[in-house]
Amino acid sequence: MTTTEGGTIRLSGLAVGYRRVPVLQELTGDFVSGSLTALIGPNGAGKSTLLMTLAGLLPPIEGSVITPSKDRGHIAYLPQYAAIDRDFPITVFDLVAAGLFQSIGSFRAPDVVAKQQIQKALETVGLTPNAQMLIGHLSGGQLQRALFARLIVQDAPTILMDEPFTAIDTATVDILLDLILGWHKQGRTIIASLHDLDLVQRYFPQTVRIGKTSTDWGPTQNLQAHTHRAGPKNHLGDGM
Amino acid sequence: MLSLLFSPFIEFAFMRRALAGAYVLSLGAAPIGVFLMLRRMSLVGDAMAHAILPGAAIGYLLAGLSLGFMTAGGLAAGMIVALLAGLVTRFTVMREDAALASFYLISLALGVVLISIKGSNIDLLHVLFGTVLSLDNPTLILLAATTSISLLVLAVIFRPLVLESVDPIFMTTQGKSGATAHLTFLALVVINLVAGFHALGTLLAVGLMMLPAFAARFWAHSLGGMIASATLIGFIASTIGILASYHLNTPTGPTIILAAGLIYIASILIGAQNGLLMRLNKRSAP
Repeated sequence: MTTTEGGTIRLSGLAVGYRRVPVLQELTGDFVSGSLTALIGPNGAGKSTLLMTLAGLLPPIEGSVITPSKDRGHIAYLPQYAAIDRDFPITVFDLVAAGLFQSIGSFRAPDVVAKQQIQKALETVGLTPNAQMLIGHLSGGQLQRALFARLIVQDAPTILMDEPFTAIDTATVDILLDLILGWHKQGRTIIASLHDLDLVQRYFPQTVRIGKTSTDWGPTQNLQAHTHRAGPKNHLGDGM
Repeated sequence: MLSLLFSPFIEFAFMRRALAGAYVLSLGAAPIGVFLMLRRMSLVGDAMAHAILPGAAIGYLLAGLSLGFMTAGGLAAGMIVALLAGLVTRFTVMREDAALASFYLISLALGVVLISIKGSNIDLLHVLFGTVLSLDNPTLILLAATTSISLLVLAVIFRPLVLESVDPIFMTTQGKSGATAHLTFLALVVINLVAGFHALGTLLAVGLMMLPAFAARFWAHSLGGMIASATLIGFIASTIGILASYHLNTPTGPTIILAAGLIYIASILIGAQNGLLMRLNKRSAP
C-alpha cells in the first residue's frame, strides 16, 4: 500500500459496507490535509460505515482508501456514543489515559509527563473534579467530554468523529466545538458526521453530503446552491 | 461451638484438602467471574462449563476416572466450543445466546450418554457434581497450577481486557491487543472451569465462578474492589459449604454453591452498594 504525501486522505472508487454488502458506493475524492469536513446525510446512508472504513475498522469492499500513514497513532477515531459500556467500573482518568495506549502499551504505568498530559486534557474539557469518578456516574455530556479528552491525549494528525454532538447539552457542544476549531487551526485533518445543518454551515468549511443516489463533495457554501453528482475526481480545497 | 467450626478440619485430612481445593478455585475463578459478569457474558461461562462434559467423558471412556485424560478431554472440548460459538455467531444469523444455549444442551446430552456407555451412575454423579471430598495430591497440584497460571495471564492481559470491555471499537483502532486479550480471556474461562470440574463437577463448577462475582457487585464499586470481594466471598462460601455439608450430611459441592447462592441473596438485601436495605434507608432518610 502506498501513502499520500502531505497528509491527504484519498478515496478512489471506494465502496463501503458490511460483509461484502455495499452500503455506499463509487466514492472518489480527497480529504485534503488540514481540512475540516462535515459528513451529512440521512440515517442509514452509510456515514458511520464510511468513517469506520476510513479508520481502518472495516475493509473496503471495492476501490481503495489511501491514508497519509499506516501508523496506528495517525488516525484517532471517536465511535458513536452508544458504543461505550457505561456500566463498566473504570474511572474517567483511566478512560482518558487509554488515549496513550500506543505509547505506553499494556504494561507500563503512565509516567509524570503522561500524567500531566492526561490532567491537562481533563482540565481543557472541564472534568478535573471528576477525574476519579466512575464513567457510569457521568452525564451524557460529561462522558462525551471525557472521550474528547481521550482524543486530545491521542494527539493524532487525523481525527474522525461519529456524531460527536448527539444527545449532549448545548454547553458541552460549545466546549467541544471550540476544541474541534482549535484542532483545525493546528492543521489537523478532521472529518465528523453531523446532523445539525445550521452548525455545519456555520463552522465546517467542507461538506460531503451522502444522498440516496449521489454523493456531493465541496465547500459547504456551494453545496446549497448547486449539487452535482460525484465525478471521477473531486478535490476538496483545504478551506480556510 | 468453636469445635464445630474447627474440629472437622483438625480431625480429617480430606476436609482440609477440600477446603484448600475450594480456596484455590475461588482465587482463580473469582476474577474471571467478575469480568464475565461485567462483559455481560455470564451465560458464556455456563455454556462452556457444560461443553467440557463430553470431552471429559471421552477421556473417561479411554482411561476411566483418570485425572490426565479427563483434564485433557475437558480442555480440548472447552476450547473447541469456545471457537465454534464464535464462528457460529460470526457466520450465521444465530444470535450468540442461542448459539451458546444449543451447544450446551447438545454437550450435556452427549456427555451423559458417553459416560453411561461405560460407567455406573456413581461415576456419572462424580463427573456432574464433583468429588471435592476426595481430592488427591495430583488433583490439588493441578488446581493450584491452574490458578497460578490464570492469575499471571490475567495480569498480563488486564489493561487491554479492561479497555476492550469498555470501548471495543476504540481498542480495535489500537491494534490486535484487544482481540488477543478477548481470546486469551476465553481460554482462561475454560482452564478455570476444567479445574473447577474436578472438585465441583461440570454442572456446578461455574457456580463458584459466577455467584461470588454477582454478590461482589453489591459490596464494591471499583473493579479491584469487586475482584477482591468476589474472592473473599468465594472463600466464605467454600468454608460455610464444606462445614455445613459435614454437619448436615449433605453433598459437599452443591452445598458450597448453595452457600454462595445464599450469600448472593443476602447481598441483594443488605449489600453496601445498592442493596435493597441501603436504598430504603436512603429514601426514608431526608
